[in-house]
Amino acid sequence: MLKEYRTVTSISGPLMLVESVDGGRYGEIVDIEIGDGSIRHGQILQVDRDKVLVQVFEGTEGIDINSATVRILGRPQQLAVSPDILGRVFTGIGEPKDGGGEIIAEKRLNINGNPINPYSRDYPNEFIQTGISTIDGLNPLVRGQKLPIFSGSGLPHDELTAQIARQATVLGKGEQFAVVFAAMGITFEAAQFFINDLRDTGAIERAVMFVNLANDPAIERIATPRVALTAAEYLAFDKDMHVLVILNDMTNYCEALRQISAARKEVPGRRGYPGYLYTDLATIYERAGRIKNKKGSITMVPVLTMPEDDKTHPVPDLTGYITEGQIILSRSLNRKAIAPPVDVLPSLSRLKDKGIGKDKTREDHADLYNQLYAAYARGKECQELATILGEAALSNEDKKYMTYTNEFEKLYISQGYHENRTIEQTLNLGWQLLSVFEDTELKRIRVEFLKKYMPKFRK
Amino acid sequence: MSGKKTGTIVKVAGPVVIAEGMLGSRMYDVVRVSKYNLIGEIVELKGDTASIQVYEDTISVGPGEPVVDTGAPLSVELGPGLIESIYDGIQRPLDTLYKAQGDHILRGSQLPGLSREKKWHLKPVIKNGIEVAGGDIIGEVQETPILLHKIMIPPNISGKIEGLKEGDYTVEQNIATVTAGDGQKHEIKMMQKWPVRMGRTVKQRLAPDSILQTGQRVIDTFFPIAKGGTACVPGPFGSGKTVIQHQLAKWVDADVVVYVGCGERGNEMTDVLMEFPELKDPRSGQPLMKRSVLIANTSDMPVAAREASVYTGITIAEYFRDMGYTVALMADSTSRWAEAMREISTRLEEMPAEEGYPAYLAARIASFYERAGRIECLGKPQRQAYLSIIGAVSPPGGDLSDSVVQATLHVVKVFWSLMGKLAYQRHFPTIDWLTSYSFYKQYLPSCFKDKEKGQEMVQLTQEAMGLLEQESQLAEIVRLVGSEAISPTDRMVLQTSKSIREDYLHQNAFHEVDTYTSMEKQYEMLKTILHFHKKGLEAIENDVDTEEIFKLAICQDIARAKFVPEEQIETISKIKDKIDKEFKAQLSGAKNA
Repeated sequence: MLKEYRTVTSISGPLMLVESVDGGRYGEIVDIEIGDGSIRHGQILQVDRDKVLVQVFEGTEGIDINSATVRILGRPQQLAVSPDILGRVFTGIGEPKDGGGEIIAEKRLNINGNPINPYSRDYPNEFIQTGISTIDGLNPLVRGQKLPIFSGSGLPHDELTAQIARQATVLGKGEQFAVVFAAMGITFEAAQFFINDLRDTGAIERAVMFVNLANDPAIERIATPRVALTAAEYLAFDKDMHVLVILNDMTNYCEALRQISAARKEVPGRRGYPGYLYTDLATIYERAGRIKNKKGSITMVPVLTMPEDDKTHPVPDLTGYITEGQIILSRSLNRKAIAPPVDVLPSLSRLKDKGIGKDKTREDHADLYNQLYAAYARGKECQELATILGEAALSNEDKKYMTYTNEFEKLYISQGYHENRTIEQTLNLGWQLLSVFEDTELKRIRVEFLKKYMPKFRK
Repeated sequence: MSGKKTGTIVKVAGPVVIAEGMLGSRMYDVVRVSKYNLIGEIVELKGDTASIQVYEDTISVGPGEPVVDTGAPLSVELGPGLIESIYDGIQRPLDTLYKAQGDHILRGSQLPGLSREKKWHLKPVIKNGIEVAGGDIIGEVQETPILLHKIMIPPNISGKIEGLKEGDYTVEQNIATVTAGDGQKHEIKMMQKWPVRMGRTVKQRLAPDSILQTGQRVIDTFFPIAKGGTACVPGPFGSGKTVIQHQLAKWVDADVVVYVGCGERGNEMTDVLMEFPELKDPRSGQPLMKRSVLIANTSDMPVAAREASVYTGITIAEYFRDMGYTVALMADSTSRWAEAMREISTRLEEMPAEEGYPAYLAARIASFYERAGRIECLGKPQRQAYLSIIGAVSPPGGDLSDSVVQATLHVVKVFWSLMGKLAYQRHFPTIDWLTSYSFYKQYLPSCFKDKEKGQEMVQLTQEAMGLLEQESQLAEIVRLVGSEAISPTDRMVLQTSKSIREDYLHQNAFHEVDTYTSMEKQYEMLKTILHFHKKGLEAIENDVDTEEIFKLAICQDIARAKFVPEEQIETISKIKDKIDKEFKAQLSGAKNA
């Protein structure tokens, strides 16, 4: 018998205080029936004797103190899962949104999950070919990695994530693959773009979507990534699928978290975000990975927009400390119509070294990207120098680096959103670009590789 | 309840639980919380209510549930079986946990830190009937092929020892009895317990006297850390903090390495777990795992256990130090530890200081680093030991004015400053040579058997650093007027500095040879680069064009010296002769022209 209480004593922002409650427990969920008979959902944030503090996912608009009835459900928030979730669209807290009826649950899972035992993790080392040179060649993605895209307002991160979702394959394997897409506070247009793209390629059958749009309740977003990851864990570790999770946009998630924190009058950390933002984000991001003796994996591509393109803003900053690298989009490249506008220098994939090389991509891969990077960095410096002093002041060598840099941006970075390059093509393009330099300049590449590959590309 | 105090929960807010009826409990006692049996620690007492930080997730815990006081502070188990273990922040063995519970960590498990079943072969090293005291070594266990575990009398126990004999024992079995002067008998076991928040007793502390070699050129040559010293590595994300910590854990010349993964990525710990058993220690030839203890409290694991993890790590490290060993502890990252403190402090509604951190942050950090040092161990035989601490710091946005960085810099003696800019250029390790510092440089000569060579190395490092400083000034000028405008001598300085940066300081952690460079090889490499510089300057005196010098084929040999295996060091010293030869040819060429 569920206990009902009509003892709401105060409502403030998204929070509601209920008194004289028996059996309230931390983190569990409640149903709130309001005056017009509709049901809302909430989660207990704190219990102090018989007083319970509830955060209301759908917001507190229209709730009145007298008529609201709170039902203590006595369990944490759960998601009903079964293989039928594939191809379906849900709300941000996991209720069907496409009119397709309830999921008949194979099981119900606590959306908060449990931390993965570090001992049971398997190291991510299987190269994923995305068909995008700046990722495959320079910042390779591997299965079980979490690699965020740091973007800004007005930059084409939607196109890039759609391209990754469309093209990602593991070399030489035909395994089951699924996409879990969590939309948090993005526009209808952005969500629809992604859904249409999946539909056009037929990938929609293998996708699960959790959609919380910009006009949906903000607090619901706090549950959305957790719900999505619960579905992903089920598909990956119960159903042996390789799951790509796209979380778009984490900045909106963090803002919702800040809203709750402010309503609770907590001591704020940087820019008003709560001090526990790092820990909170970690409990989301760390759910990606591979597990020993399990076939499936979770690879995560969170998207976040950096306010004012500021990488030191708490959201990208803390994300960067948890994720295994980042792909950063550049406004200036975007202006030059370079697509996708990946800012190569500050982008990074931490797990690349284990996923590439002989038998995975090609033996020369590591040396090659080191050299491409180093030369591009030098070229960029020369470009800066040229803007100050004029091109005439540059040495011949510097000019060579400048030309290389321009070619690199035009050919290597800019490939459009529909070209799908194999890793061979990407690597060979790298050699071709480096062929303008003497062998002695290419210090980052082992002599044996220079001898083996370079002659083919010298004119 | 066998005299154990039981209270009742009245409030739950995240990892902090408040319980009533706890009168008589002591600060920092460990308690068991709720029907889930979660582990917690008392952090505040007010009348009969206690605030408890809980080391596990408190979801579904509510008022009315019990809290049982165990009457003991948070302690670690010390004895054979520590090496090769991987623990969470409160010393629960993750491998055993995996076998018992599967892939994910569930709540309320109570596995002991040391295996109760495994038997170890004990060889006594003293005779029965003699007087022993705290810290005395009474026996040895060959724990791994490279680690001889010394069994010591726990501090505070002394008297006549009886019943010690060779044999196989578990850590809980009695191995001897010590009868004190007043007739009181103490049973001695191989396992000791020690509260983590208290430093282990030493006879006396000493000043450092030698260098902890790491095989990392920029560190050993320019910013060395002493055995028993402290270092801090702050840097923005992506600047390679963790790779540096891993490199040190792999190659440092310590007998025991304790690696604390504090609130960092799960996959990084997996990396360590997979790699360490494969990699061989360059000195002993044995897998690195045979000398390592890992503490992994990743960022998704409970925050309060993260707060405890650095203490668990340092206490284990101190225990091995007390055997007379050189021990190194790596903590990655102390910022996550500080954040855990902040989170607990906020939930306790304490008055915050800067950035929301508690006012005692600096004091906690300082007292943690003070547990490092060169010491004389308690007990017989007389022995010296070292414990070094290397802490990574992850300041928000890479901003060094962050409270954790500042509090750390107050106490540590070595500062390796990591630069995001170097990371963009893929110059690794990204330790900035201009802002980093070390107070241990004077011990550098101790790394060489040959005293003169040691002195020469000091001079070489000074010369190289001088060139790098000149470069930073010249770079300003070049930026303003272009490289054509500076003198040939200055151009030579720029060229040599570039060579020092690219051919010497740049070190590829993932290259099988380059990953580790011995002190001897560092000496040879640096000497070769500076020899080239000397010859170049001489040539310029003789009006040789700088472009001609930079084009010499020998530059290739210098650049690739780092890839020369340790066994073939003499090839590097031969490069110097080749330099002389090529310059001679060059010079005569110039004069003829």
